[in-house]
Amino acid sequence: MKIIATDRKGAERTVEGRDGWTVMEILRDAGLPVAAECGGACACATCHVYVNDGWYEKLSPPSDAEVDMLDMALAVEPNSRLSCQIVCADELDGIKVTIAPE
Amino acid sequence: MSTPFQTDVAIVGAGPIGLFAVFELGLLDLKAHLVDILDRPGGQCTELYPEKPIYDIPGLPIVTGQELTNKLLEQIKPFKAEYHFNEMAAALEKTPDGKWKLVTDAGTEIIAPVVVIAAGGGSFVPKRPPVPNIETFENKGDGVGVHYAVRKMETFRGKNILIAGGGDSALDWTINLAPIAKSLTLVHHRDGFRAAQHSVNQMRELERNGKVKFHVASVKQLHGENGALTGATLAGADKVEWRHDTDAFLPFFGLTIKLGPIAEFGLNLHENLIPVDTAKFESATPGIFAIGDINSYPGKLKLILSGFHEAALMAQAAFHICRPTEKLRFQYTTSSSSLQKKLGVTA
Repeated sequence: MKIIATDRKGAERTVEGRDGWTVMEILRDAGLPVAAECGGACACATCHVYVNDGWYEKLSPPSDAEVDMLDMALAVEPNSRLSCQIVCADELDGIKVTIAPE
Repeated sequence: MSTPFQTDVAIVGAGPIGLFAVFELGLLDLKAHLVDILDRPGGQCTELYPEKPIYDIPGLPIVTGQELTNKLLEQIKPFKAEYHFNEMAAALEKTPDGKWKLVTDAGTEIIAPVVVIAAGGGSFVPKRPPVPNIETFENKGDGVGVHYAVRKMETFRGKNILIAGGGDSALDWTINLAPIAKSLTLVHHRDGFRAAQHSVNQMRELERNGKVKFHVASVKQLHGENGALTGATLAGADKVEWRHDTDAFLPFFGLTIKLGPIAEFGLNLHENLIPVDTAKFESATPGIFAIGDINSYPGKLKLILSGFHEAALMAQAAFHICRPTEKLRFQYTTSSSSLQKKLGVTA
C-alpha cells in the first residue's frame, strides 16, 4: 500500500506502507518530520496529521484515548488524527495525509 | 551550600538514565548534581507516560513510567544527589583549572571535572501554537501578552484573558483566573475536554454564571502594535472568523521536546545527537559524556536498558578523571562489604 504524505512545506511524497505498521512509523522512517516523541504510545500528540480527500471517513474512528490526546495537539481540524493510531492495511492504499504544524 | 556548587559530576537530565548514573557514580564514591527543566524527576517516563506500562526493563516484567522512576529514586537514595529542578542547562564553559562550569537559566553554577549529558531528546518546553508572529507577543511583562505558564496569579487581576486548550492546565487556569479577571474566554477545538471531570464541571458552572465564555474555536491571529497584545482573530468550527479583544493569551497544549541550548555546547552534534565512543560514552570533548537517547554510536538503540549500560561504563571513565591518582577497585554489590556500606545495607 502507498501513503501520499505532504510535509510542512507543501511537498508531496509517496511512501510505501507496510501491513501492520503504523502510519507514524512509516512517515518517521521515511525521514518525514514527525516527532513522535512518545514513540507511538498515544501520549504526546506530536505525530499529528490531517487525513485528506475523503480518507478520514474511511478510517475506523479514533479511540477515546486518541480524542483526548488530540486536545494536546496544535491546530486541530475535523480531519485531525494521530498517525501512531492509524495502522497500514491494503484498504488504505493511497491514503493522503498532511503533517500538521508543530 | 550555594552556587557555585563544587561536585564530581554534573548531570544534565534527571530522567531514568540520569538517575541511574547517580547510582553507578555513587558506587565509586563520586557525587553528582542533576539539573532538569521539569519540576520533578523521571523525564519522559513521568512527563509523557507515567501511567503507561513498560515491559522491557530487565527483571521488571511490567512497570509504569512513574513506578520505574520511584524505584530508581529509592535505589539512588543512599548517594544523596543534589537536584536542581525547574532549571535548564543553559551554558557550559571550561574553568581555568580545567574543570567544567555548567550554568543554568536560573543562574545556578555547578563546577565539576565531569559533565554527563543525559538529556534524552532535549528540554521539555511548552508547545507554541502555529499563530503568525506569536513570539513577538511573548515576554512582554506581567499579565499581558502571551504566557505559557502562570507564575503569579495576581498579575492577571483585572485583565481580559484568553485561554486556549482542553487539558487540565487550560481548565485549572480558567477556573482559577476567572474570579480575578475582568473577562475570561476559553477556546478549544471541540465541546469536550480531556481534563478531569470535576474541573470540567466547575468550568461549566462558571460558564452558566457568566464568569467564563467558552467557544469551540481556535486562535488564528494575534493583533497589537510592537508586541502589545490587543486582540485575537478567532475562528469557529464553521470557519467564520471574528475579532476578540484581549490583554493576555494563555495557550495550554502541554510540552514538547526541543534540543535547546545543548546545541550550543560545542559537542559537534550530528542530527541533534552527541556522537560518543562505546568504551566510555565520552563525547569528542574530554570530560563531557553523553548517555541515553541523546547520544549516537554505531548500533545505538534508544532503549532505557541501553542507557543503563552506558551509565555504568561512563562512571568507570569518570572515576579516572575525578580521581586521577586513585586505583579503581571493581567490585560487586553482592559480595563487597564496602559497597554494601555505601548502600546502607550492612547489618
